[in-house]
Amino acid sequence: MTIEQAEIEKIAELARIRIDAAQVGEVTQRLTEILAMVDQLQAADTGDIEPLSNPLDATQRLRSDVVTEGNQRENFQAIAPAVEDGLYLVPKVID
Amino acid sequence: MHTKTVAQLIEGLRDKEFSSVEVCQAYLARIAELDETLNSFITVETDQALAAAESADRAIAKGQAGPLAGVPIAHKDIFCTRGTRTSCGSRMLDSFIPPYDATLIQRFDGAGALRLGKTNMDEFAMGSSNENSFYGAVLNPWDKNCVPGGSSGGSAAAVAAGLAPAATGTDTGGSIRQPSSFCGLTGLKPTYGRVSRLGMVAFASSLDQAGPMARTAEDCAILLSVMAGHDPLDSTSSTEPVADFRGALNDSIEGLRIGLPREYFGEGLDSTTGDCIKAALAELEKLGAVLVDVSLPHSHLTIPTYYVIAPAEASTNLSRFDGVRYGHRCDAPADLHDLYTRTREEGFGDEVKRRILVGTYALSAGYYDAYYKKAQQVRRLIRQDFLDCFQEVDIIAGPTTPGPAFRLGEKSDDPVAMYLEDVYTLAVNLAGLPGLSAPAGLVAGKPIGLQLIGQHFGEARLLNAAHKLQQSTDWHELRPQTGSAR
Repeated sequence: MTIEQAEIEKIAELARIRIDAAQVGEVTQRLTEILAMVDQLQAADTGDIEPLSNPLDATQRLRSDVVTEGNQRENFQAIAPAVEDGLYLVPKVID
Repeated sequence: MHTKTVAQLIEGLRDKEFSSVEVCQAYLARIAELDETLNSFITVETDQALAAAESADRAIAKGQAGPLAGVPIAHKDIFCTRGTRTSCGSRMLDSFIPPYDATLIQRFDGAGALRLGKTNMDEFAMGSSNENSFYGAVLNPWDKNCVPGGSSGGSAAAVAAGLAPAATGTDTGGSIRQPSSFCGLTGLKPTYGRVSRLGMVAFASSLDQAGPMARTAEDCAILLSVMAGHDPLDSTSSTEPVADFRGALNDSIEGLRIGLPREYFGEGLDSTTGDCIKAALAELEKLGAVLVDVSLPHSHLTIPTYYVIAPAEASTNLSRFDGVRYGHRCDAPADLHDLYTRTREEGFGDEVKRRILVGTYALSAGYYDAYYKKAQQVRRLIRQDFLDCFQEVDIIAGPTTPGPAFRLGEKSDDPVAMYLEDVYTLAVNLAGLPGLSAPAGLVAGKPIGLQLIGQHFGEARLLNAAHKLQQSTDWHELRPQTGSAR
């Protein structure tokens, strides 16, 4: 199948990855090749086979709803690009 | 020193033939001498390793040594190490110093092992050549014009060149087995959930698994014994009891039924490589194994299935890199949207971006059923093929890779050609099975691996078969020519 350049731009927006205008053509071509390979799946007869998401058919384990971890805010914020007064800083969102 | 196995190092340290500090210094000297060319390490932990060696020597003297006391290990730079940069081969994490240790690191440290450093890898473990690293390509010690394989290429090259006696790797679609094949090592991807994923940077969470890369099956058994086991902090970690991997090594393989999938010996397999695999299988037959023809009829759908599921999971996992909490952040963002999109444009390399985009596409409205759901349905068919085979045979065998290591740059401009490299390894991850690659000779002077695939939690069987093979052959003892004999 072919994928339009506009569609790549939409996916890039969903994935929050900026693609330089000069590279959109090449990215579109590469993704077209990959999706063409992936399209072999469409020929498979899968009927009502149940999708497999965990190879051991395991389900999410639950634990008791009790606090087991201490607060490590200082530790975690020490590696952040920008923090102030215990808060993560981002550019202004609301004027 | 650098040709010793982990088992030999443990024995020599115990018998005081040499100290851990001597062992550590010997490997650090090899790294200093050879790694500028090979580029197998991203970070060398010299001071940390020497301090740990001194403390290991004290523990050994007091008779309080752990199972890996004083043995140096190289860790793939995907495992979080508290206080030591963990880059995952990416600009995104070039300055990331984890505030905690991965469970795997805790287990090795707890067993008394030394950390030599963090090894090079394809960015976020996405690649089959180690050419996708922000820190540059790694060279194959057997032929410096060739790739070492990927994504655990640094670990493979380091062990092959004698810069570490053993290393850890991770395998999402072949990333332990393929570089082990290309570099002449024994490498094992355990059953999904056998080794904790806590603190291992996530690529595709339903496929990722950590495992050992070493010179021998015996060394892999020693390392796996340290790595394996339940971790309450990893919700997909198995509670299955851990087998006695080392104790089973010398079991007889008389009557072991080995299935040979006809799909793994057909078109696409290099003929000389095929001859090597057949020679290794003949050796197993001499040891009493019984070879049986089997079929994995959905093999042709493995690559498309993997290249939907792995990118889909990756696109979700990698959404955490947003330039806010840790890792790379672009300069002077105009607004929040600009912060996200430019941080991710700058922080991720081309292959990682491609996979995020493919995954986003496969999961997006209107395409989910046609791609993601379809791939998960075929995944069940692929797993069922293996379960059906295991009704008839104990293990499955075939080539690890279609041929020996390819040249640097040969496939780097063609993602789909690169994906085809993993044709024999991907299905094992999709089915959650253990897979091992063991040396099976040389093709044009470069190593080639025999792949053994086991039943869920059947690692001991694979290590047993590979060990017996290594007791009666010497392919695993072949070494590339590197540097001085220290």
